[in-house]
Amino acid sequence: MHETSAAHAAHQHTAPTSFIRKYVFSLDHKVIGKQYYGLALLAVFIGMALSWLMRIHLGWPAWPIPLLDKLSAVGAPQGVMTPEYYLSLMTMHGTLMVFFVLTNAPFAAFGNYFLPIQIGAEDMAFPRFNMMSFWTTFVAFLFMMAAFFVSDGPPISGWTAYAPLSAVGGDAGPGLAMGQNLWAISIAFFCIASLLGALNFIATTLDLRTKGMSLARMPLSTWAWFVTAVISLLAFAVLLPACILLILDRTAGTSFFIPAGLVLSDKLQPHSGGSVLLWQHLFWFFGHPEVYIAVLPSIGIVSTILPVFARKPLLGPRAAIGCMMATGFLSYMVWGHHMFVSGMSPFSATLFSVPTLVITIPMTILTLLLICSVYGAKMRFTAASLFCLGFISVFISGGISGFFLAQPSIDIYLHATYFVVAHFHFVMAVASLFGVFAGTYFWFPKMTGRMMNEALGKLHFWLTFIGVYAIFMPMHYLGLAGNVRRYSAFVDDYLIPLIPVHKFITVAALLTGAAQFIFLFNLIWSRFKGPIASENPWEATSLEWSTTSPPPFDNFGGRHMVVYNGPNEYGVENNGTDFVMQTSPEKVSAS
Amino acid sequence: MGKLFAVAVVVITLVSVSFFVMHTWWMPAEISTTGAAIDHQLEDTMTGSGLLFLAGQLVLGLFVWQASNKNPARKIKTFPGGANPLVAAAIILVGIEILTLTFVGSKAWAAVNLAPAAADSLHIDVQAEQFAFYFRYAGPDGQFGGLHPDKIDDGSGNYFGLDPANDVAARDDVVVGSLVVPVNRPILLTLHSKDVGHSFYVPVLRIQQDFVPGLEIPVHFTATQTGKFEIVCTQLCGLGHYNMKAYLQVMSETDYEQWLKSQEGQ
Repeated sequence: MHETSAAHAAHQHTAPTSFIRKYVFSLDHKVIGKQYYGLALLAVFIGMALSWLMRIHLGWPAWPIPLLDKLSAVGAPQGVMTPEYYLSLMTMHGTLMVFFVLTNAPFAAFGNYFLPIQIGAEDMAFPRFNMMSFWTTFVAFLFMMAAFFVSDGPPISGWTAYAPLSAVGGDAGPGLAMGQNLWAISIAFFCIASLLGALNFIATTLDLRTKGMSLARMPLSTWAWFVTAVISLLAFAVLLPACILLILDRTAGTSFFIPAGLVLSDKLQPHSGGSVLLWQHLFWFFGHPEVYIAVLPSIGIVSTILPVFARKPLLGPRAAIGCMMATGFLSYMVWGHHMFVSGMSPFSATLFSVPTLVITIPMTILTLLLICSVYGAKMRFTAASLFCLGFISVFISGGISGFFLAQPSIDIYLHATYFVVAHFHFVMAVASLFGVFAGTYFWFPKMTGRMMNEALGKLHFWLTFIGVYAIFMPMHYLGLAGNVRRYSAFVDDYLIPLIPVHKFITVAALLTGAAQFIFLFNLIWSRFKGPIASENPWEATSLEWSTTSPPPFDNFGGRHMVVYNGPNEYGVENNGTDFVMQTSPEKVSAS
Repeated sequence: MGKLFAVAVVVITLVSVSFFVMHTWWMPAEISTTGAAIDHQLEDTMTGSGLLFLAGQLVLGLFVWQASNKNPARKIKTFPGGANPLVAAAIILVGIEILTLTFVGSKAWAAVNLAPAAADSLHIDVQAEQFAFYFRYAGPDGQFGGLHPDKIDDGSGNYFGLDPANDVAARDDVVVGSLVVPVNRPILLTLHSKDVGHSFYVPVLRIQQDFVPGLEIPVHFTATQTGKFEIVCTQLCGLGHYNMKAYLQVMSETDYEQWLKSQEGQ
């Protein structure tokens, strides 16, 4: 550390020179952002491969899948997976995607890289915390992946790990001994990492804004990361003790989640006094806000990128900020809508239903603001802007089905069917990932100094956009027909006629998944061979576009940026251009 | 590119909606006294949110189509009235939708979950275990025997943990693998789990209720049509979850009495 002025003491440091400090244990938020992105990329391809395996099995259960017996000779003898191995893969798919992809990519990866730059800071408030945060996440990832290699395989209790299935150990079935231990330890580490990250995001946003960067002048992406950090801080602070209690139940003989009188594997379990619903309450107290942890950053990213390509200001940015905060606040009052069939008091269902429906108001406003921002635009169609428009479409599709599931009387029919799978994949997974894709095509030039290939990007968009509808829209129909989720095969009389729909979905999933390799190729190829990017290739206003591509170690090359404008100055007359940078002292005049 | 996007969104939307409208895949016909209200609620929600879905996607498509106009003389336009009317409209429209759904919907919920079971309900005890359902009738004495988890022994068919040696009431309890009920008679089930969480899902009854270890959960319904229908487990319970099922057999009162007698005789 070198001596610096008091105001910047917290974050100013010189560029490291050793390989380890530069690329591995780096304190630089940009490197850490890329590390998170790389980890999310690895996790998303593993998660996608798992979904392929599941989909093939659901469509054609008897088909041997090449090499699957190499991954687990017990789980997939001759390449045909057992029912329990299907559940193992499903658990790992959900866990990897929710935690290591949807939490890491839009929030931790892009947030780390761009939040400090967008507010004119030289780094995060606590660079060491930041490094710890990533490496703790990495340790969590190793624990999770280790579950593939223990003798009884990964846990079969789903990403929600409902007790007592998850709590009583190996007597409840395969994967529930060491595999479930590794799962619980991994998630506990993940919680610690997320808490460190959330604290850092909050402190950085509040303390390190450069001169002129009032809260109202922060780009919506930064606002979304900030609100998400606050949600994360409160959500992971509940999941962490829940995981610790689960680990104690599993290893120390406690009974937090296990009542008396359970008989498993013909053995009366030596537990008493625990509550099964306690786990559900704690888990969903985290679990519902987690949905917004996954999707709010993407809403912020899209709200920042869309105006750049629409060449006009976002409609109602202040309303959008208010809606994000309202959503964050309400997200803590709705967890019980996951528990309408759980046996909790039926009176509480109404209490949880109303705020769940009310949360659709800020979400509807956010969606309308995005749609109406397109009105009268002179749209530049790029891979980034197409993914923004795609985001709006899938977010509408996913949000609408929430009306059904928020109502207890309808939810009791649709609960635990593919209707729910369709709902959360659209609104949480696909919407969030569309934000990540838009962010990648938009910020890649800044992060690497090179442009991505637009033609490949657009091809990727079209295949993905049509693909996700082909995969997830039919799942609504399956859910209406009563098709239960988390089944490794459909043996019930009323489910057998639905198998052709599953075959269609499987084909769509394989093709859509294959299209993601176009993205991967583009990412790698452009990193080395893409055309050199200028400082501001998209003619955008926010601070990351006022520095080189990629930015120097201290982000602005020793300059202390001064901000004169909000991030929303598009469609104005300004010396022959139609935008004003946040750092530009020019007077803004509406065109 | 923008026009292509607009066309794609419109086509996707219309194709998606058409399958809902045509009921190509739909709920099985309901057979309970409370099912019609739930179906009605679902149809109303389908209409309301279907219109919102159509409006949202089609307007998005329209705006993108217009925004792709490359005429260089065209000036950008802001949305008429700005953000405030939109915010107000969203609050009012969605607010009305929410109030309607809550008031109408809570009636359907109340009929199933808040109304007490009829006093003359037929009591049936249900035990769920990995990976089967068992149903218990009180027998001629009208009394259920007590439950003793330590006595549970699947090998000898003692799925509930009865103690007939010491418990007179347990001796005539009838335990079977199918839920057999008389038509048009109120039924009151008590759900218990032997091991982990399970769920009792009968699509035709529009009922889904978890078995929660450590809790006894009441469920009541009245079936209005005879026939054989599937009961499936919807709470992930382990490796055999997909194959955990039983049948609901709804019989005429006389057939039911006959069936019960034949079981009691065994």
